[in-house]
Amino acid sequence: MVAATQRVAEDMTSSPAKLEVKDLSISYGSQTILSGVNLSIQEHEIFGIIGPANAGKTSFVKSINRMDMFTSSMKVEGQVLIDGRDTRAVRNVYALRSQIGVVFPLPVGLPMTVYDNVALAPRLSGIRDRKKLDEIVETCLTRAALWDEVKDRLDSLGSLLSGGQQQRLTIARALSQKPQLLMLDEFSIAVDPVTTMRIEDVLKELKSEMTIILVTNLVQQARRLADRTAFFLEGECVEVGVTEDLFTGEVKDQRTRDYVEGRFG
Amino acid sequence: MLMTGLLILPVVLILATLIHKGGGIISAEFLFSEPIKGMTAGGIFPALYGTVWLVAVALIISVPLGVAAAIYLSEYAGDNWFTRIINLAIINLAGVPSIVHALFGVGAFVLFFEFGTSILAASLTLAIMTLPVVIVATRESLQSVPHAFREACWNMGATRWQTIRRVVLPNAVSGILTGVILEVSRTTGETAPIMFTGAAFFLPFLPESVFDQTMALSLHLYVVATQVPGVPDELPYGVALVLIAIVLLMNSLSIAFRMWLRGRKKW
Repeated sequence: MVAATQRVAEDMTSSPAKLEVKDLSISYGSQTILSGVNLSIQEHEIFGIIGPANAGKTSFVKSINRMDMFTSSMKVEGQVLIDGRDTRAVRNVYALRSQIGVVFPLPVGLPMTVYDNVALAPRLSGIRDRKKLDEIVETCLTRAALWDEVKDRLDSLGSLLSGGQQQRLTIARALSQKPQLLMLDEFSIAVDPVTTMRIEDVLKELKSEMTIILVTNLVQQARRLADRTAFFLEGECVEVGVTEDLFTGEVKDQRTRDYVEGRFG
Repeated sequence: MLMTGLLILPVVLILATLIHKGGGIISAEFLFSEPIKGMTAGGIFPALYGTVWLVAVALIISVPLGVAAAIYLSEYAGDNWFTRIINLAIINLAGVPSIVHALFGVGAFVLFFEFGTSILAASLTLAIMTLPVVIVATRESLQSVPHAFREACWNMGATRWQTIRRVVLPNAVSGILTGVILEVSRTTGETAPIMFTGAAFFLPFLPESVFDQTMALSLHLYVVATQVPGVPDELPYGVALVLIAIVLLMNSLSIAFRMWLRGRKKW
């Protein structure tokens, strides 16, 4: 398994890795959630992570932007390098997090206006100029395919939008951080299929500007979007490969084929 | 249903009695003039004025302290022996009889810190007594703000404090204010904690600073009802009516406020 991962990594040495994960292990108390994960993600790549529940996908996402800091029982070992810098050694984790956008399974519209939701991150980074904020809000909402629906009610509460709208609001909020890395954790769980397709189109466009990690339990979604995909199973990174290979049967591990073809999970 | 209905009975009876027997004496003059003829006649202004002082100073002390403590307990502290001891202390502090608080106030503020019997000493005693109310109300309203909001904020790179200030506090402020109003009504009615620490039997002048003694409504009621001979019946009833009116007003405010906020709950 490790050898396979390394080979993929070697294939990609032509361009520098945006994100490199070395021997990552995550545990809660005595329970190991993820162990020995090695992978590297290239710039401007959509990197899919598929796998059944309890595979450690969400914990993986949390460990990237060091959200383990807020969960006292969560222990992370190994290295996560972003642009070659070890995130464990970063002194200002807040600055690190502000460069990574995260979208959760359930949409979280903060209980403030739609405008304030999107303007929050820019404001946290010190932007006060109203004109500039207006511009950011409009750009981000437009790119998240939500602008047309909310442009006339920017001052209504973000938490009162419909589920699908809130999820796009969450994406707009993530974009307002101007992230280098965007992580989406099963974003389509609470979203209808039409909205899901719209968001997927958005992601394809965003790819040219940022690196995207797409955690999904919809195998077909990974196939539609991801350049490469990793398969997580029970705390192990079973396989990393070019997405199309996983679906055409060029897999290194039988379990990957079984999962992709829907025989379990 | 019937038993529940019976609960209203004492409230109605008390109010009816007070209004029947003391309602007649209530007037602007009663509220805004001084007691005369050895407190057997005249108004209650110094006591009313003193109560406002006592409550205000107690609030100035206990609200910032209580809110800060609750923020720490809810947002920063982990679950360890230290916070468990603090929580235990808060519960116990809430259960201490007010007369014990009074004696503590005498020992600590009047004598040890040498504030003398003064508004400051009395208000500090009241503040300590009502601190658990503020802390518990604040902590509960902080914790009623969904955790997902905090995580969303943290993920954007906000610090704990930025998250508290921009997302948690604005959505908890209603609950905190409700707690504060409840504290006001409780503080207004308390007698024991202030009678040895700062409230006077009778004073011919109004307090000018927190180091002065003052009259207070609750103690004044006790005095005119039991300690002074020859007080006409309607006077203590009138004082009681004013006291209860203030408390009821505060409580209704708090209820109305809560209902209004529930109506515009944001999630």
